[in-house]
Amino acid sequence: MEILIKNGYVYDPINKIDGEKMDIAVKDGKIVESVGSNAKVIDASNMLVMPGGVDIHSHIAGSKVNSGRILRPEDHYKDVEPRTTVTRSGVGYTVPSSYTIGYRYAKLGYTTVIEAASPPLKTRHTHEELNDIPLIDKTCYLVLDNNWIVLDYLSQGEIDKCAAFIAWILKALKGYAIKIVNPGGVELWGWGRNVESLDDQVPPFNITPREIVRGLCKINKILNLPHTIHLHTNNLGKPGNYRTTIETMDAVKDLADGKPNIHVTHVQFCGYGGDTWITLRSGAPEIAKYVNNHPHVTIDLGQVVFGEATTMTGDGPFQFILQSLTGNKWKNADVEAEGSAGIVPYKFKRKNFVNAIQWTIGLELALLIKDPWRVFLTTDHPNAGPFTEYPRVIAWLMSTKAREKTMERINKRAKKRSVLPSVDREYTFYEIAIITRAATAKALNLTNKGHLGVGADADIAIYNINPMEVNPSKEYKKVRKALRRAAYTIKGGEIIVKDGEIVKSFVGETFWVKPTMPEELEKEILREVAEKFKEYYTVSLENYIIGEHELARSRSITVNTSL
Amino acid sequence: MKTISNVVCPFCGSLCDDIEVDVENGQVTKVRRGCAISIAKFTKYGEERIYKPRIDGKEASLEEAIDKAVEILANAKYPILYGWSCTSTEAINVGIEIAELIGGVMDNTASVCHGPTIIGEQDAGISTCTLGQVKHRADLIIYWGCNPAHAHPRHMARYSAASKGKFVKGRNERKVIVVDVRKTRTAKAADIFIQVEPNSDYELLTALRWAVKNGELEQPKIAGIPAEKIEEIADMLISCRFGALFFGLGLTMSAGKARNIEAAVSLVRELNNYTKFVMMPMRGHFNVTGANEVMAWITGYPFAVDFSRGYPFYNPGDTTVVDILTRGDCDAALIVASDPVSGFPTEAVRNLAKIPVITIDPHETPTTMISKVVIPTALVGIEAEGSAYRMDAVPLRLKKLVDPPPNILSDEEVLKMILKKLKERVG
Repeated sequence: MEILIKNGYVYDPINKIDGEKMDIAVKDGKIVESVGSNAKVIDASNMLVMPGGVDIHSHIAGSKVNSGRILRPEDHYKDVEPRTTVTRSGVGYTVPSSYTIGYRYAKLGYTTVIEAASPPLKTRHTHEELNDIPLIDKTCYLVLDNNWIVLDYLSQGEIDKCAAFIAWILKALKGYAIKIVNPGGVELWGWGRNVESLDDQVPPFNITPREIVRGLCKINKILNLPHTIHLHTNNLGKPGNYRTTIETMDAVKDLADGKPNIHVTHVQFCGYGGDTWITLRSGAPEIAKYVNNHPHVTIDLGQVVFGEATTMTGDGPFQFILQSLTGNKWKNADVEAEGSAGIVPYKFKRKNFVNAIQWTIGLELALLIKDPWRVFLTTDHPNAGPFTEYPRVIAWLMSTKAREKTMERINKRAKKRSVLPSVDREYTFYEIAIITRAATAKALNLTNKGHLGVGADADIAIYNINPMEVNPSKEYKKVRKALRRAAYTIKGGEIIVKDGEIVKSFVGETFWVKPTMPEELEKEILREVAEKFKEYYTVSLENYIIGEHELARSRSITVNTSL
Repeated sequence: MKTISNVVCPFCGSLCDDIEVDVENGQVTKVRRGCAISIAKFTKYGEERIYKPRIDGKEASLEEAIDKAVEILANAKYPILYGWSCTSTEAINVGIEIAELIGGVMDNTASVCHGPTIIGEQDAGISTCTLGQVKHRADLIIYWGCNPAHAHPRHMARYSAASKGKFVKGRNERKVIVVDVRKTRTAKAADIFIQVEPNSDYELLTALRWAVKNGELEQPKIAGIPAEKIEEIADMLISCRFGALFFGLGLTMSAGKARNIEAAVSLVRELNNYTKFVMMPMRGHFNVTGANEVMAWITGYPFAVDFSRGYPFYNPGDTTVVDILTRGDCDAALIVASDPVSGFPTEAVRNLAKIPVITIDPHETPTTMISKVVIPTALVGIEAEGSAYRMDAVPLRLKKLVDPPPNILSDEEVLKMILKKLKERVG
């Protein structure tokens, strides 16, 4: 199928195209130079054209997400999607059903989404759900930092063997990157405990969080993985934790070689100053200062949008604290030899001092970090709010007026304590395109995504707003409205959304990395792993491995390692 | 002869995956490491089989049977689709789409076993884990209203009381408490047996929580147990390093039902202020957990999902199949891998017998006897592959060991054929 998108205002930061009026040609799922005269023409005059959105961190599939769905029927009752001739039925709101996730991302103009934390033992579940998320391309990060086999190797200083094991597990379980969640702390949560600093010992492994992070960062480099280590810090959700965040970033500074080598995720949740909930303040200015001066770091926001949320992380001890603080219902789910997960429903309230501070932190990070290529838009869906609220975040970033409007209604003490009222930076459409697609695609090294150059995947979002006429600073409501429902979303060269409605549905690809490894090394590692497996797991090694045929549309990406 | 190892046993929710079977001439001839039930399942699967589809008790071709099934489902105003716990996740997935297409009610057997566990969890949450966590760490284990020695024969040796873990090496390093209304085989192997008065679990759980929180009880006896005994148990719970509470239908189906689970959740939650504590339902059928999981990811709800409004709606007690049948509201039924006639209340069965029933099952059962259409299928985990979820929601892949009998397809394949024809008909 051929498509010609005519006369749109194109924002394609990877190719340095900033609001240029131009045509985009699509053929066989790719962007091409030109198409024939029979091509379907989309008149995009006076419209905004961007690459399809790429979400670098969202909880969309797997045991934790599904536990959230099961835990929260009250989340679904009022938000329902009837079946249509094109789409399956489903429910929302913060933890939508799998089909609804795919449709809602597509309606926002997003075409690639990464599940942020999959415990290896339950990754088959993750893939079964990913198979049932339509339209978007997807993959998952594997949680590996509290994995006993990893901890064994790291504590014995066997970096190369650990790297080989991780290469094997990424391939065997069809994952994309190394996820780190409260390194060391989650292992201790097996005993109901936690770590408090990067240098606490984690018995019986005789290792510290710092050593785990550094080890995995080195391994990431040895394996030449497309993404950096993707890290959820220690001490998440605790006042004063911005210091831990900066310390963690600094812990791998010397391992960098000019490129980013660590991604710290949902930094809002680990950007707290003060010492108690009473003295809480934003730590965003300090973190932004560090990020501005250190090119080895990328972050995403975890921006709070007020309203209902479902907190769900692989950080069991954090979720335990949250249930104590709120008294809300709590699910905990530890995974043998690998980690944990916790879920607590939560409502972010404007008038609540802590929640209002949290809201300011995310925006401060986005506005104070100068380089948009290193700060990405997320709400850590559904932790700080559902992904469907991204247009609201974009409006806050593009308009001081939008921010002021919300600030008038937040907790006064929180407002007084924030630098936000003095920040007058406003994002441009070009910068929005960076933090929602171009920079995330780049950080994931998805070379065919996040841009509209010839050869790129034809994943395109067209929004019904004229960027040359609208003044986002004043008319932020128009922007917000247009971004909520794409005029067109094109995925793999097919029109899937028209006027904000799904017009076609199919299964997107699940991509995963296949790191190369010398055969001898793989055999040796598998021998050792097989021994450990018998001791550590209640399933056999053979049944742990996920076959490629279990993925609905599998696409492996071979990675040349230096193993 | 060939030997297949690491076979996942398709019987109970323990999903033991270390079974070894010998296959000779297309038959399983020997089973190693399986429990008695597992061995019977693997070697006697050929008994009581159905080999030909039937319509009104008469042999029919597969195509005729499917056409008849499609006709019944397409014409039904409020059909129920029930069973699902003994088939693959993939088959259940297709079943959900059929239910959605025809505006039916999709329900699984959790409805009549651990449904209250799910409702209790939806009210209060749950602190749980995978079985390996118990094996490695639990130095105190409670079995409450469950009898794994009979129902999950390898559970204690592989995962719980007698398993050998990294930190806790075996049975002598664990304290085992059994709470039940009678002295079961599991109770005989326990360190402490608490014989709770029937239907008093809620009181006992609440008293335990009080004792954990406040130390002493006022009443001399609660649920038939002396206060001192309850206080002693409370002290044990607080002072363990890692406690695990396994519970069964004795808790979910005795007086209080979901409220019992809430009480247990609250006790475990309280205990987490002092030590580490988890709990886990002893799920029965091998993929009842998978049925809950796949229904939840596609519809948002784990059982009792009503599609008659065009979108998923969930209201247990109203949209649960037993209640619908008892009210006599449904006008057709698709039963997959289950035998409700043997297990449902009389009134529900009486109403089921009045409506056209389509049953998809490998075996002859009382339900196939009352069915208008019967379609025999392959046994998942023996004659067909597919995914299944263990009681702790660990997903495993069931293997195909031998070919099914001639012309017998899997549940998934049969359901896909029905779905395809239904789509052509209803659009």
